[in-house]
Amino acid sequence: MSERLPHGSGRLAGPRPFPDAAVVELGKPQLRANLHKATHTIRNKRARVVDELPDWEKLRLAGSAIKSDVMARLPELLVQFEAAATAAGATVHWARDAAEACEVVTGLVRETGADEVVKVKSMATQEIELNEALEAAGITATETDLAELIVQLNDDQPSHILVPAIHYNRSQIRDIFTERMGDAPAGLTDEPRVLAEAARLHLRRKFLSSKVAISGANFAVAETGTLVVLESEGNGRMCLTLPETLISVVGVEKLLPSFTDLEVFLQLLPRSSTGERMNPYTSMWTGVTPGDGPQNVHIVLIDNGRSATLADEVGRQALHCIRCSACMNVCPVYERVGGHAYQSVYPGPIGAILSPQMTGVSASGVSSTLPFASTLCGACYDVCPVRINIPEVLVHLRQEAVDAHRGKPSAERTAMKAMGWVMGDRRRYARALRAARAGSAPLAAVLRRRKVRRLPWPMSAWTASRDAPLPATETFRDWWRRTR
Amino acid sequence: MRIALFVTCVNDLLYPDTGKAVVRLLERLGHQVDFPEAQTCCGQMHANSGYRDEAVPLVRGFVEAFDRYDAVVAPSGSCVAMVRESYPRLVPEAAGIAERVYELSELLVDVLGVTDVGASFPYRVTYHPTCHGLRMLRLGDKPLRLLRAVEGLELVPLPGAEECCGFGGTFALKNSDVSTAMLADKCAAICDTGADVIAAADNSCLAHIGGGLSRRGAPVRVMHYAEILGGGS
Repeated sequence: MSERLPHGSGRLAGPRPFPDAAVVELGKPQLRANLHKATHTIRNKRARVVDELPDWEKLRLAGSAIKSDVMARLPELLVQFEAAATAAGATVHWARDAAEACEVVTGLVRETGADEVVKVKSMATQEIELNEALEAAGITATETDLAELIVQLNDDQPSHILVPAIHYNRSQIRDIFTERMGDAPAGLTDEPRVLAEAARLHLRRKFLSSKVAISGANFAVAETGTLVVLESEGNGRMCLTLPETLISVVGVEKLLPSFTDLEVFLQLLPRSSTGERMNPYTSMWTGVTPGDGPQNVHIVLIDNGRSATLADEVGRQALHCIRCSACMNVCPVYERVGGHAYQSVYPGPIGAILSPQMTGVSASGVSSTLPFASTLCGACYDVCPVRINIPEVLVHLRQEAVDAHRGKPSAERTAMKAMGWVMGDRRRYARALRAARAGSAPLAAVLRRRKVRRLPWPMSAWTASRDAPLPATETFRDWWRRTR
Repeated sequence: MRIALFVTCVNDLLYPDTGKAVVRLLERLGHQVDFPEAQTCCGQMHANSGYRDEAVPLVRGFVEAFDRYDAVVAPSGSCVAMVRESYPRLVPEAAGIAERVYELSELLVDVLGVTDVGASFPYRVTYHPTCHGLRMLRLGDKPLRLLRAVEGLELVPLPGAEECCGFGGTFALKNSDVSTAMLADKCAAICDTGADVIAAADNSCLAHIGGGLSRRGAPVRVMHYAEILGGGS
């Protein structure tokens, strides 16, 4: 069913299979150390502020229920949102995919005559690769979120939703500022306060000169046409209030039915995300307020594979995501490899179910390998503020990936089918156990232990780093028969 | 109480001592244990690897083998999680049996109301709560309560216990490098405890952990906690 709707484009899927990309990242000890420290710090902070709320589980249920309701009547809510925002003075645009969204935004900036824009941290604009599109049109975009700025200055890609520069430590950031910021003060130290001050002075000049700002939105309220942005630094607030023109790129799944629904999400998001009880800056705007803030307000609603995701009954829960990144901070796979191995703007457990659905799980490159980039340990599901059952969707997408390749020869499929056939019948199964035991008995006798250091492919992937057990001298069922 | 043992395919072939320990333990507590020989594999590997069509006949086979029992016990958190969580989705008729399958500590603590099983084991033991036992079955401290009641046993906490060891079934093969990196941290944490024995509720996770420990030459013994409770060694 999902195949009938267009998939998304943009920065959602790179060319390398996940295991290949992961092995490169695993070879970076500094990255591993940075990731370990950062993810454990945020994870513990989150646990503390979540544990202090007696109604946390009820909040999660409420968040999940509201998002399910939104997905069930998305078309109706979108129309309601457009009408409310338009009535409040905003102009609403619709974009099917990344290219269309970039075209709309670029055109809007051109109309203003500006050749530079300031940006509020936004996943949607990263997803559609807006900065690159603007650059191609001769427009300079400056990221104003501190971490996004660091990544942009270093011509790098974000590696985490909330902490885009999580892969850098302080001294690496000092080096990037010194070499790339242009107006960085001489003798910069790696003290966080000093680095933040350098970025602050650099950005202040941009805030005061830019006529156009581009943002995303954490929430879009259908009832009122209001957009909401949560942030920590106040740089977003500068962008949202100072320029004459404000363009917001918003995924269609960001809708909430009513303003009061924010009560639930403004509790769930900061605690899950930064581990704070309340985020420092919450900005809300509804169209244009005469004489106050941007007077030229545009909202670009993007699909880019979301409708295709919505069509999948099991997978659609991925659209409930509020981009808190709690799943990344507890994921043992993410902790070892970081965000770049996922080759999508959405890394970690949520990325492993969202990116392949937006691009189609059978797309070439990383997409068909992402559903397998998990041990199904379930840590992500436990912390998700909207209860997305990520392991369930991973298994569902594994089925889709396997089904997409049915009919093509594969050693794995042959082995799985053979094992299924053997295990499907007690006699075949009992004979196979005896054969495995008898076959390995000479080896066990030579080794004089029940462990082996080297096995042929595909088990060589196991014995590369772990000894493997050999069958026991007598299976359990033979023991049972013999003694009972 | 008459209880059927689902030994699991991994234990049947590789770790029969775990199955024997469960039998010994339950009989010592005065219960009759049946081993329906029609049982094979729960289908977890197939289902979790995306081979649903191959898993479904195994689910039906399980229902056929165990449907006549009031209680089924399995010494494997992940196999029980497979039955309880995935069976009703794969085969709706399996919902009934799914409710009567227990992981060993659930059967002992929740159904039979026992925590002291009369075992003795004079060693330092640390416990790894495997992911499916911890987060799907919510075993909580049930296995720990059983171990604490064992005479002579000194239970030492495992730092980062709730973190996955990196096994994940076919993940250990498909993403071998990431799996190995996770295992390295788990093995280091286990060695740091100074325990003689690392115990868990799943021999597949223990095969992974044990394979890593033995490759390092670490002098830590790997044991399913049923073998400690059963008194076998």
